[in-house]
Amino acid sequence: MNTIKQLSVFVENQPGKLAELTRLIANAGIDLRTLSLADTRDFGILRIIVNKPDETEKLLTENDWIYKTAEVIGVKVPDRPGGVADVLDAINAANVNVEYMYAFVNRIPGRADTVFRVDDIEATLNALQSAGIDILTSEEAYTI
Amino acid sequence: MPKYWHEDIETMSREDMKKLQNERLVKQVHHVYEHVPYYRDLMDKKGIKPDDIQSVDDLHKLPFLSKADLRDAYPFGLLAVPLSECVRIQSTSGTTGKRVVAFYTQADIELWEDCCARAIIAAGGDKDDVCQVAYGYGLFTGGAGLHGGSHKVGCLTLPMSSGNTERQIQFMCDLGSTILCCTPSYAAYIGETLHDMGLTPDDIKLKAGIFGAEPWTEEMRRTIEKSLGIKAYDIFGLTEISGPGVSFECEEQSGMHINEDLFLPEIIDPETGEVLPEGTVGELVFTALTKEAFPLLRYRTRDLCVLSRKKCSCGRTLIKMAKPMGRSDDMLIIRGVNVFPSQIETVLIEQGYTPNYLIEVDRKNNTDTLDISVELTPEQFSDKIKDVQNMEKSLAAAIKTMLGINPKVHLVSPKTITRSEGKAVRVIDRRKLHE
Repeated sequence: MNTIKQLSVFVENQPGKLAELTRLIANAGIDLRTLSLADTRDFGILRIIVNKPDETEKLLTENDWIYKTAEVIGVKVPDRPGGVADVLDAINAANVNVEYMYAFVNRIPGRADTVFRVDDIEATLNALQSAGIDILTSEEAYTI
Repeated sequence: MPKYWHEDIETMSREDMKKLQNERLVKQVHHVYEHVPYYRDLMDKKGIKPDDIQSVDDLHKLPFLSKADLRDAYPFGLLAVPLSECVRIQSTSGTTGKRVVAFYTQADIELWEDCCARAIIAAGGDKDDVCQVAYGYGLFTGGAGLHGGSHKVGCLTLPMSSGNTERQIQFMCDLGSTILCCTPSYAAYIGETLHDMGLTPDDIKLKAGIFGAEPWTEEMRRTIEKSLGIKAYDIFGLTEISGPGVSFECEEQSGMHINEDLFLPEIIDPETGEVLPEGTVGELVFTALTKEAFPLLRYRTRDLCVLSRKKCSCGRTLIKMAKPMGRSDDMLIIRGVNVFPSQIETVLIEQGYTPNYLIEVDRKNNTDTLDISVELTPEQFSDKIKDVQNMEKSLAAAIKTMLGINPKVHLVSPKTITRSEGKAVRVIDRRKLHE
């Protein structure tokens, strides 16, 4: 799979809420591959990539957490000055908007793997392929 | 299937009803004057003697009773028969902080249960029904009233009381309950739990619900009707006057028929106490025409509503009262504006939110603040911050349009607002704590 399943969880801005959520995931033996938190004064949205997305969905539903899933693209961004700029140039040239992006936690030497949420997945994948930029498959993302 | 419990009374001509009311009022005023020194003093102070009251048209001459009088006269000051004649007390839930104790003779109990029987029949009930009473039992009149009414009708009565919601649903499935009696907020919670248990309205046999003891909106009615697959009927009452069944809804679901052969209603201007013409909004006042132990005359309910004698398709001629707009006690004054929680609930449900909300009022830097927390549903959630912020903004704007003041809206996770098994606590006014 050339896209990765991301879960976006609604988290109220209250002390202990994030800990409660991540503890729930940890206790189920699920590994957080990477995460990003977008927040406002009242609430936050925790975006996560996990090794077992389907199991995580079930877990969240059972415990009354609100979430949405989205397909995102993982890019093996070359770890050198201008690496991200090259990727963004390629995406931009295809007239695609990047809604947000965040990096993977695990560092592989020479790579700065990054998650991109875009408004046109197909066009982005084609643009990256033409530019010779490698994609992180879902299998890689869940297991690396 | 019987259409009425007391057909002669419920379909009585206006003329005969007035005659009955006149006779009962004259007798009741004498009973109270002779046996309740507290009320005799009030009448004497106004220079009114029992003989000045010859008919319902003279009612306006009598002094009012209010909750403050009940507090002053607590516990026995308004009792009109010897205690040895009484068989029961009931008490208010004390939601407004002032507990009221009411006394009943056996005849008072019979009359109250008859009122509830009228309500059950009007909701389509009969002796073949299985009536699940999930109002609280005990001092609260909800459980006792509907329990008694259900017995009178001959329903198989399930005295569940409130709480233990999964067991409520288990009994509903196993015993085939057809009528549910509880507060509307508990009915909504039962509906929610039913769905959480993976069940649908097709798995239960409920056909009707009789819900009361707290204000609720038309929008909430539709939510409950859908989640439980029933027709939801409103019932109104107050412990001071007897309990649930003072008025009840029929199949028309457009206002509640008042048992006016027993409880004579008036609408007054809450400021001046002046009686207002039919069709005008004002404070509802009741005179108990036949009660023996605790016969309140011209008791001010603090409920704001309107009365109507428009012909009802159900055939009942009993006067109808609209759903109260709220108790004057429930009304919040925020930045000088009168706000009823029911107005906020209406907007929430119109905008597709659940009736699970909490209104918090406080005062910061000498300005009142209004914070409304409401639960987000999984369907409404978007993973874009902007979308969620826009939802908060558009909800705040809709509430501003309704109330004229700007609230701060907080979307919260499902099941984070405490559910109620009885009367829901939906308002926290912290300004009182500062005073």
